[in-house]
Amino acid sequence: MVTSTSLVYLIGLPLFGAAFLLLMGRKADKWGHLLATAMSAGSFALGVAHFFAMTNRATEERALTQTLFSWIKVGNFDVDAALLLDQLSICFVLLITGVGTLIHIYSISYMSHDENRRRFFAYLNLFIAAMLLLVLGNSYLNLYVGWEGVGLASYLLIGFWNQKPAYATASKKAFVMNRVGDMGLSFAIMIAFATMGTVSFEGVKDAAERAGTPALTAMGIMLLIAAAGKSAQFPLQAWLGDAMAGPTPVSALIHAATMVTAGVYLIVRSNFVFDAAPTAQLLVVIVGAITLMFGALVGTAKDDIKKALAASTMSQIGYMILGAGLGPVGYAFAIMHLLTHGFFKAGMFLGAGSVMHGMNDEVNMRKYGALRKFMPITFVTFGLGYLAIIGVPPFAGFYSKDMIIETAFNAGGAKGIILGSVALLGAAITAFYMTRVMVLTFTSKARWDDEAHPHESPVLMWLPMAVLAIGSVTTGFLFTRGDALVNWLSPLFEHHEHHEELLPPIVVSGLALTMVAVGVAIALLKYQFKDVAAVAPTEVSWATRFARNDLGQDTFNETIFMRPGQALTRGLVTVDEVVIDGAVNGVGAIAVGSGSTLRRTQSGYVRSYAALILIGALALLTAIWVVTQ
Amino acid sequence: MTLTLTIIMLLPLLGAALIAAIPAAKATLVKQVALATTLVVAIATILKALSFNTESTALQFRQSYSWIPSFAINWAMGVDGIALVLILMSVVLAPVVILAGWNESEGGRWGVKTFYILILVLETMMIGVFAATDLFLFYVFFEAMLIPVYFLIGGYGSGERAAAAVKFLLYSLFGGLLMLASIIGLYVISGNNGGHTFDITALSELHTSMSSTTQNVLFLGFFIAFAIKAPLWPFHTWLPDAAKSATAGSSVLLLGVLDKVGTYGMIRFCLSIFPDASKTFTPVIIVLSLISILYGAFLAIGAKDIKRLIAYTSISHFGFITLGIFAMTSQAQSGATLYMFNHGFSTAALFLVAGWMATRRGSSTISDFGGLQRVTPVMAWSFFIAGMSSLALPGLSSFVSEFLVLVGTYTRYPVAAIIATFGIVLAALYILIPVQRALHGPTTPGNEDLKDLNLREKVAIAPVIAIIVVLGFYPSPLLKIINPAAAHVVSQQGYSDPAPTMNGGK
Repeated sequence: MVTSTSLVYLIGLPLFGAAFLLLMGRKADKWGHLLATAMSAGSFALGVAHFFAMTNRATEERALTQTLFSWIKVGNFDVDAALLLDQLSICFVLLITGVGTLIHIYSISYMSHDENRRRFFAYLNLFIAAMLLLVLGNSYLNLYVGWEGVGLASYLLIGFWNQKPAYATASKKAFVMNRVGDMGLSFAIMIAFATMGTVSFEGVKDAAERAGTPALTAMGIMLLIAAAGKSAQFPLQAWLGDAMAGPTPVSALIHAATMVTAGVYLIVRSNFVFDAAPTAQLLVVIVGAITLMFGALVGTAKDDIKKALAASTMSQIGYMILGAGLGPVGYAFAIMHLLTHGFFKAGMFLGAGSVMHGMNDEVNMRKYGALRKFMPITFVTFGLGYLAIIGVPPFAGFYSKDMIIETAFNAGGAKGIILGSVALLGAAITAFYMTRVMVLTFTSKARWDDEAHPHESPVLMWLPMAVLAIGSVTTGFLFTRGDALVNWLSPLFEHHEHHEELLPPIVVSGLALTMVAVGVAIALLKYQFKDVAAVAPTEVSWATRFARNDLGQDTFNETIFMRPGQALTRGLVTVDEVVIDGAVNGVGAIAVGSGSTLRRTQSGYVRSYAALILIGALALLTAIWVVTQ
Repeated sequence: MTLTLTIIMLLPLLGAALIAAIPAAKATLVKQVALATTLVVAIATILKALSFNTESTALQFRQSYSWIPSFAINWAMGVDGIALVLILMSVVLAPVVILAGWNESEGGRWGVKTFYILILVLETMMIGVFAATDLFLFYVFFEAMLIPVYFLIGGYGSGERAAAAVKFLLYSLFGGLLMLASIIGLYVISGNNGGHTFDITALSELHTSMSSTTQNVLFLGFFIAFAIKAPLWPFHTWLPDAAKSATAGSSVLLLGVLDKVGTYGMIRFCLSIFPDASKTFTPVIIVLSLISILYGAFLAIGAKDIKRLIAYTSISHFGFITLGIFAMTSQAQSGATLYMFNHGFSTAALFLVAGWMATRRGSSTISDFGGLQRVTPVMAWSFFIAGMSSLALPGLSSFVSEFLVLVGTYTRYPVAAIIATFGIVLAALYILIPVQRALHGPTTPGNEDLKDLNLREKVAIAPVIAIIVVLGFYPSPLLKIINPAAAHVVSQQGYSDPAPTMNGGK
């Protein structure tokens, strides 16, 4: 059962669930959610079996490969449909199917009143299957199928209630921005094939030494662009906030715990590329550092609980990307933070869903307050996630985030000091905005309207939250005990020489905890010990406005890309009708000689045509010269 | 009796003759006979294809009979892998089109019988044009195909169908004339070099005795004719008009099959007869391809009519195909032919569903729709999957071909491949914008009572979607047929695939 031949069932079970439920249609409405949950759970059970089998094998025999069939073979381009389960992918398999199954269970209750619950579960299964393919594919091209597959599932789920135009727009925005990232992945694959003649991880790893730095740098930058698109990193981050249009379990699973972390997986998986391309690696840490601050700043100003958590996700993934950009010493810590984040952030999102469930789908935290008394279980589970994310020992986030901050400081020279300081400052801001969320929702005075009757959620919802909360408490300790996770993953990475420590670990931890305390204290002063307005104040500083406005990301994209694009489209439509088709019709009329009126109107354009054709010819010549260089 | 290409080709004519004998009042029987005929042709072709030798690069299933001896014209047929998959695509699409557009012949100018006779005659010519190995025979089919299409658009279409049909005809005739001039030129040259011939194998050896000017001029005659047919920018403006005015089924045959004659012709005639001129013009053609990819995509984004939108997406896709043909690597060449096949099915799905939407709503303007996903879920899903195939979602068939074209182009012309890749972002826009406007959002007035697909329509669209999905995961059967022929085309041009550029390449 746990040999390489069973890898395909990891993906096959949820894929079957998705296809079956979609094809069955309404006939499966009564039990569709149960089937989907069973498929996800089955995949999890198989993953667990594989994990234990893997721990029993010697280090060099841990990876399993299953070749299914020859997928695309033309000349030297030879790509199998093949799966690879190794120490890295098993971490993801367990995270995806484990958290995934919990969220399936949660959704049974959360979506019970939705007439399209079956379709929702089909999409969830589709997501699980695609995400598993993403982490199990043994080549960049196999990964690509999962990569866009999760994009499709994300699109379908963000737009699950697409009868609301804003939600439909949000889903389209996510897909299109992801496609920009996918272009990067396409380029990376092309570069790999053109320089190394292979697109499999193993092949690229073997050839990387001989490929030369320029090619690897180009490939690394393209992989970074891909990662930025999928993981909502600067400058492709703008879709994540809007993606909160999807049902909350989706935000927990896809837009917090798993899919958005795929960029981190891609970079860590491509460690052999980045290790040999220092420039690309530097860009990775820069993107990570910018995004961790970007998300944290946005998080301070959001009143929508889901958008605050989304900003936090962006920021926490920034930490992971930063860790992944620090090279061999950082890869394992990036993955560790990814896994702990998977627990605590999914838990908090489910908590947010639970709050919304009890508050008539209200998402504005200014309309919450004092929910601690009405939703004690949600309060406790959310609170444990909160302690984990701000990095209070011994909760999970303390271990994983601390490691990244420490590694950043040790990156050497000015780079180390800058990165370490950014990561520290980010920790303070995280503590501030998460405390703000906590206080506004649970511990401040009640600000809700009379129609709200807050109540605790049913067991099917709080049980998954409780399990995730246990993970938020224990995983950091488990992963670091005896360096378990680092040792587990280390055979995959280059061995690194030990860096000089800029600061001893205990000092870094002390600094981090001080920063956290400062962040928490400021938030308590502002929100716990003062009354909070139920309506967001409008007379605020430009900085607050800027943060509420997501640091101007949409304005920027609209000004630089969208409006010029729309203008170009309109221009080309006119050119097509008036110039190209007009010229043809005009020539036709002149040649036929019959349309005398036509001729008169058209001949006025003749000079313009001549000029346009001349300009066009020059542009064409330039283009030809460029293309053939 | 063995099943030859000629017999397969003549089967639809037999069906047409049968239909001619049926009384006009029995419209259903006419449709049934037409459907049965195309099904028989499809099965016969698939059976024949099973005996195709995928190891060989030579033309197979060859037949040759003297036809007009005084001009050395032969009734010569044969296929390589490229021609075979295009014939397969055509004969599988034919019954789908008939079943999908069961009622679109009604309300036409000449009645039901004529409609199906035209379709069947067209099918004969579609097979013939891909199977002909005699240049003159090819030309006859190439030009004769215009006639049924002209009547199908002009007689059974909607809106300004007559104008669109005339525009289509004039464009095509103009290209055809240029090609005819080149064909005559070739004939004369062959006479001066060892005897008149129209045999394409013999003609492909003629380039050594042509001056480069002669080659260039004759090449252009062929190329422009094919660029109009494909169509490539700036020869494209007839297509959106024709596609909007024709019935959905005719549009499928027009965009899915007839336009492929252009790209097929580039491989079969431009490349093989004029290798030097092809090399000379490659930079120009690559630029035109890139313009088509981006221009077609932008026009699709800006389109207000769903049928025109699909036509513009096709212009973008044809840019990819031409790029693949002229990039001269085995990946790009195989990818281009696979692209032709896949485009046939994803465009068929898009067009058929768009046709059903337009018939139900009485309009093909995108803004007239809205919220269809909740009114007609099966129809909406069919459109969505077809759209995903059109934007080349990995896991669906178009991804394989598009990626092969891109990766194959990159190894020889990296800049061109990079520019072309921007098309994938634009593709997301031109599909998701109509999806959002037509399928998502609240159900707009006038759409509340639209009927979802009936059983016949579901049966028609199901095989198309199945092909799109299955070939996305398992394209090997087609690639095995295409690869030897495509590699042969590349090596015939004196190219071999660029080796990996790294030190001491693999």
